[in-house]
Amino acid sequence: MNFSLIFESFLKILNGLALSLEIIVLSLILGFLASILIVLMRLSKNILFSRFSRGFIFSIRGTPLLVQIYFIYYGLAQFSFIRDSFLWIILKEPFWCGVIALTINTSAYTAEIIRSGLNAISKGQIESATAFGMTKFQTFKRILIPQALRQSIPAYSNEIILMIKSSSLVSIITIMEMTGIARKIISTTFAPIEVFIAAGIIYLFLNYLITIIFRQVEKRYSVSY
Amino acid sequence: MELLSFGDTGWGDEMLRACIMTFAVSVCAMSFGIILAIPFVIMKLSNSFILKLIANFFTTVVRGVPELLIIYLFFFGSSAAIMFIARIFGYNGYIEINAFIVGAFCVGIIAAAYSTEVLRGAVLAIPKGQIEASKSFGIKGKRLLFGIMIPQTLRIALPGIGNVWQLALKDTSLISVTGLVEIMRQTHISSGVTRQPFLFLITAAILYLTLTTFSNKIFIFAENKYSKGYV
Amino acid sequence: MNKLFAIIASLFFVPLTLSADWTEVRIGTEGAYPPWNGTNAAGELEGAEIDMANELCDRMGVNCTFVVQDWDGIIPALLNGKYDVIIAGMSITDERKEKVDFSVGYMTDGACLVVSGDSQMASFSPSKESINLFNTDAATKQVTGQVVALLKGKTVGVQGGTIHQNFVEQYAPSAELKTYSTQDDLNLDMGAGRLDVGLADCGAFDDYMAKADSNLTSIQPTLSGGPFGDGVGGAFRKDDDDLREMFNAAIKSALADGTIGRISKEWFGRDISM
Repeated sequence: MNFSLIFESFLKILNGLALSLEIIVLSLILGFLASILIVLMRLSKNILFSRFSRGFIFSIRGTPLLVQIYFIYYGLAQFSFIRDSFLWIILKEPFWCGVIALTINTSAYTAEIIRSGLNAISKGQIESATAFGMTKFQTFKRILIPQALRQSIPAYSNEIILMIKSSSLVSIITIMEMTGIARKIISTTFAPIEVFIAAGIIYLFLNYLITIIFRQVEKRYSVSY
Repeated sequence: MELLSFGDTGWGDEMLRACIMTFAVSVCAMSFGIILAIPFVIMKLSNSFILKLIANFFTTVVRGVPELLIIYLFFFGSSAAIMFIARIFGYNGYIEINAFIVGAFCVGIIAAAYSTEVLRGAVLAIPKGQIEASKSFGIKGKRLLFGIMIPQTLRIALPGIGNVWQLALKDTSLISVTGLVEIMRQTHISSGVTRQPFLFLITAAILYLTLTTFSNKIFIFAENKYSKGYV
Repeated sequence: MNKLFAIIASLFFVPLTLSADWTEVRIGTEGAYPPWNGTNAAGELEGAEIDMANELCDRMGVNCTFVVQDWDGIIPALLNGKYDVIIAGMSITDERKEKVDFSVGYMTDGACLVVSGDSQMASFSPSKESINLFNTDAATKQVTGQVVALLKGKTVGVQGGTIHQNFVEQYAPSAELKTYSTQDDLNLDMGAGRLDVGLADCGAFDDYMAKADSNLTSIQPTLSGGPFGDGVGGAFRKDDDDLREMFNAAIKSALADGTIGRISKEWFGRDISM
């Protein structure tokens, strides 16, 4: 084991931290917004909407992220009508392809987390809200949303960790984030173990931070029944 | 569509074979993962600080580091480790580890870390009253373990294990570094040669969906069967 | 103890090879770099190097099996003993010599710059049609300068961990470099138009351009020497001198009687034997 190589790689890989975080944060925000839309569609009375939402969640959760990333980057680029359309401005860029793939992926998982959060709220609460004369919108805003979010905190912190880990896969579409840099170092040092240990430490630390932060958040919002 | 035909000119048979390979390597990985999880569960539930520390280190690291890195580390690390052990025994040759075994091993490590958490949770979820009741009926030792504890743990853990299985199935898409021709690697080869990535990626997605849906049905069936009398 | 270990090991790991006598040789290749080494629709390996390796194994009287390995890990896996020799279009360079030993070179192909047919670069016409970067004459330097100027600010795609990547990094650091894990991915992105310039062995692009109805075109000059190394050879672990010598003898005889030349003509359409 070459410890100085681990240290050198560690410093080089840190240069990709900003880009990794940019991709992760952007995808999480966009994915969260998209997931709300998906949940609303899923719960909507319109069969078309709920079917679409169901199918979307099913297909995304049932296929590996790697397939999704390849599909958006290489699959769509195969067609000239896409390359000639305005979409190409975004799809031409590996960065945006990576963000789109991760956004789509996390939106499906997050939608399921929110949905089960909503399901966990007891019927009695909604009924009492109605009894207190709250409108449907008020019930949604004051009772359902805050409770569903609180219910979802542990599962969502897990999803964030999964996303931090998943972001490493965008290195295969030429994005030089942390794993991309690690691969590049390996291509000249031929020492995969040392380099990936260095990268692994950074990812582990990021996930550790998330765990700590969310433990505090959970404590703050937990209510004893 | 010609491209997906069977035989030497089409890629249909290759894709199907790769699909079977994905399934086979997932099954082996999952079995290995559960077996490997058992000692870690015991360590986590033990009173020894050191054993707990080791088990927690294992699950935290494996679950906190990207799967791709875990697979690379164990792919290169395992052969280095095996050669190191071989040297101790005075064997100086090189040992080839079959790509299938390495692939199942790498994904199995990941499955083990997640299964450990699932199984640990399941053991703790067995109602204390049941164990006390068994003891008062004179059921103890082996009979308590095999007759009450293990069946109950498995029943409670079943949904969680189902989730880990789905995870393992999807993670096999990352083992193409080992050279094993599973769905993802075959897709990569076929789309590279034919320049038709769209077609092959859609095919790959359908194959994965078939595998996940099919296995999900089995897990739901098992859950219903073994939770009879509880719901 | 030794025997006991071998028995235990053989239960888990197959096949087991002893390094002492080379009757079984495992050849590591990528299977994704046609026409050097590719994979056909029957799922079998094919290519100039596959034919050549089979020929060499016949001459050495050894039993050969091919092991497929991604380019990313092709040297580490050799060092770990996954196979005994790399025959995968690998150029002989000083950087790699620090980790592995090479056989004598068997084939050599220049590197080609490929651009889209309707880009301005397609009309680039330097005063020399090929340059060897080992040469230091004024004409070579002038054309090298022109190439460097051409690449400035362009998005250039290469396969990662190759001589082509090294060239761009050393000579054209101002280019935006994109690295791919396989040549196929690079080709797909070249076809999609995400890249201004692709750089790889000429044969690898010829193969792609012949198969796909793309409007890509390769421009002069073809590049060799310098970071492109001394041709393509087999790579061995440093302590396997005996095996390397066996291959050297077989390669030399296959070069002398024109067998490698014939195989390369079959796959590349031209003789690129050394």
